[in-house]
Amino acid sequence: MSLLWSRRILAGAMTVVAAAALSACGSKTSDEGGAAGVTADVSGDTVKVGLLNSLSGTMAISEVTVRDSIMLAVEEINAAGGVLGKKIQPVGEDGASDWPTFAEKAEKLISEDRVAAVFGCWTSASRKAVKPVFEKNKALLFYPVQYEGLEQSPYIFYTGATTNQQIVPGLDYLKAQGVKSVYLVGSDYVFPRTANKIIKAYAAANGMTVAGEDYAPLGSTEFGTIVNKVKSSGAAAVFNTLNGDSNVAFFKEYKSAGLTAAAMPVVSVSIAEEEVKGIGTQYLQGQLTAWNYYQTTPGAANSKFVAAYKAKYGADKPTSDPMEAAYVSVYLWKAMVTKAGAFDVEKVRTASDGITFDAPEGLVTVDGKTQHIAKTARIGKIGADGLITEVWNSGKPVAPDPFLKTYPWASGLS
Amino acid sequence: MTVLFGQLFTGISIGAVLLLIALGLALTFGQMNVINMAHGEFIMAGAYTTYVLQQSITSAGLSLVVALPVAFVVAGTMGVLLEILLIRRLYARPLDTLLVTWGVSLMLQQLARDVFGSPNVQTRAPDLLTGNVALPGGLTIANNRLFILALALAAVAALTLALRLTPLGRRIRAVVQNRDLAAVSGIPTARIDRTTFFLGSGLAGLAGVALTLLGPIGPTMGTNLIIDAFLVVVVGGIGQLKGSVIVAFALGVLQATGEYLTTLSVAKVIVFVAIVAFLQWRPQGLFTLRTRSLA
Repeated sequence: MSLLWSRRILAGAMTVVAAAALSACGSKTSDEGGAAGVTADVSGDTVKVGLLNSLSGTMAISEVTVRDSIMLAVEEINAAGGVLGKKIQPVGEDGASDWPTFAEKAEKLISEDRVAAVFGCWTSASRKAVKPVFEKNKALLFYPVQYEGLEQSPYIFYTGATTNQQIVPGLDYLKAQGVKSVYLVGSDYVFPRTANKIIKAYAAANGMTVAGEDYAPLGSTEFGTIVNKVKSSGAAAVFNTLNGDSNVAFFKEYKSAGLTAAAMPVVSVSIAEEEVKGIGTQYLQGQLTAWNYYQTTPGAANSKFVAAYKAKYGADKPTSDPMEAAYVSVYLWKAMVTKAGAFDVEKVRTASDGITFDAPEGLVTVDGKTQHIAKTARIGKIGADGLITEVWNSGKPVAPDPFLKTYPWASGLS
Repeated sequence: MTVLFGQLFTGISIGAVLLLIALGLALTFGQMNVINMAHGEFIMAGAYTTYVLQQSITSAGLSLVVALPVAFVVAGTMGVLLEILLIRRLYARPLDTLLVTWGVSLMLQQLARDVFGSPNVQTRAPDLLTGNVALPGGLTIANNRLFILALALAAVAALTLALRLTPLGRRIRAVVQNRDLAAVSGIPTARIDRTTFFLGSGLAGLAGVALTLLGPIGPTMGTNLIIDAFLVVVVGGIGQLKGSVIVAFALGVLQATGEYLTTLSVAKVIVFVAIVAFLQWRPQGLFTLRTRSLA
């Protein structure tokens, strides 16, 4: 076998691998088909719902836990008699951390399985990829993860935090601590880019400076240079919007460069209890997070949720904010359907306004206009045991404001 | 100035990581011409070995020291199994080898997912390796990076000496240079292939242990590394170790410099453009093995 021959083959293989990686950047356009929505099949004694999460690829670390908590909610609801007398039949699909795959699977769940609602997606890129599919088919998506705001689709319910329920409180907290300059580190896709745009507008209006801004491709695990830049910038804190595996490499590098939570704290918006386990408390102790829920959040609803989750998936499994938001989203859908008295998407949407649920994070209320939910903002500190304890909360649920209309400094955005 | 030196060291340490992940491939791909897409999963096996050992050996330092030889043997054994069960039957069919090993790579990833779960796992690094050495002028050099650099250089030195001086090394080189002539000279080429594959895969396991100090330990960690590893070997030139060594450090410094001046994404583009340009000029790579073989 000649050297040249095998090199040529290798080149071909590398092209395939690279193409697979690149395709993650594209997005499927699916505007074929008419405006008529596909109606859900509710003729039997069960009602199908779609579960769309990445069970493989770089996002699997986070999305598998969301799938698990959705399943927990489905089982609990079924054990309590189902929705409108029908048992929920979950149909699971793997988005494989690949955005066109998400769009494809969403289409399949809606058109072939004819599900009544879909629960899932994590990255904003995957949500943006499926959004046209849901809008074209007039089908419902419940999206359980905090995101960058500036979006309001009539066919998506956003049960995670929008910016004014997570990022803005995080910045308020830093400001109250006397932080005057921040360094922005994020993964290179829509959420961190938009979040940082908002942070820069906030900083400009609140006397903070942005010492630097850096992005790493999703899945990137080489942070030597970025940490060098952070270290020499003299910033007082880091605002971290990295997602997935990159966080592991970033925090390992951060610690070995001699940077500490005491000297230069990092506020993360994508690190919850599950991610802490995968990174190691050795590297994270004392660092800050901004969320709406922690496993340690007090209340009977949370004790019940944590106990049920651990009983089903193992005592060593932590619960986290996106898991809680996903769990809550199934209950909110059930409440909407019950109030509407039908599975019909338009009726469910109309019925959504004002629905409340005593969630593990506390009382949440659906805002029918924005289809976001009011929730309490919480800043937490990562402890030696891997759990996050609250150091500050907003006291009451914060009304969702996805377009930041109530903040004068945000007028130039969106 | 401090930043400049800091960046230079970052570049060298990126190079050390590249070298470590590419070294095993320089043997299996470079010497034997086998395109093994499962090489990244052998790295993963090394990382998980560290994790498993840490469950029973509580001292982080001791477990790391024990993990190095154990991971070498674990990954090496996996490599030998792969060689015996599949690759041996496909030596004349490079395209099939590529597809088969890619399939094996996917299977190993799923196996890791089933055994250890989808989320990443954590290992504790010994305290000695989480700190850094402070140099005058505010420059710090991370201990874990120094450790990886030392490990990479030690591995290169050991491999070079083994190939140059030992009878086994002579046989490996003989098989690489002219398989048929080696066979008629009485060298058991099949056994040499197996040994080479053991060494190459074992080195991947070693790299896996080192990477637990830097990055995530999860089922997909290998896929992120495999392209970089192949790049180093292809640009370095097949059949020679020194090419891979030089190219690993050159790419590391180029990446770090590009990243400092621009952004991580742009730096990657710069590196790829440089590689494409280089391969236009020297399609055979930096160094080539001159042989009298007709193949």
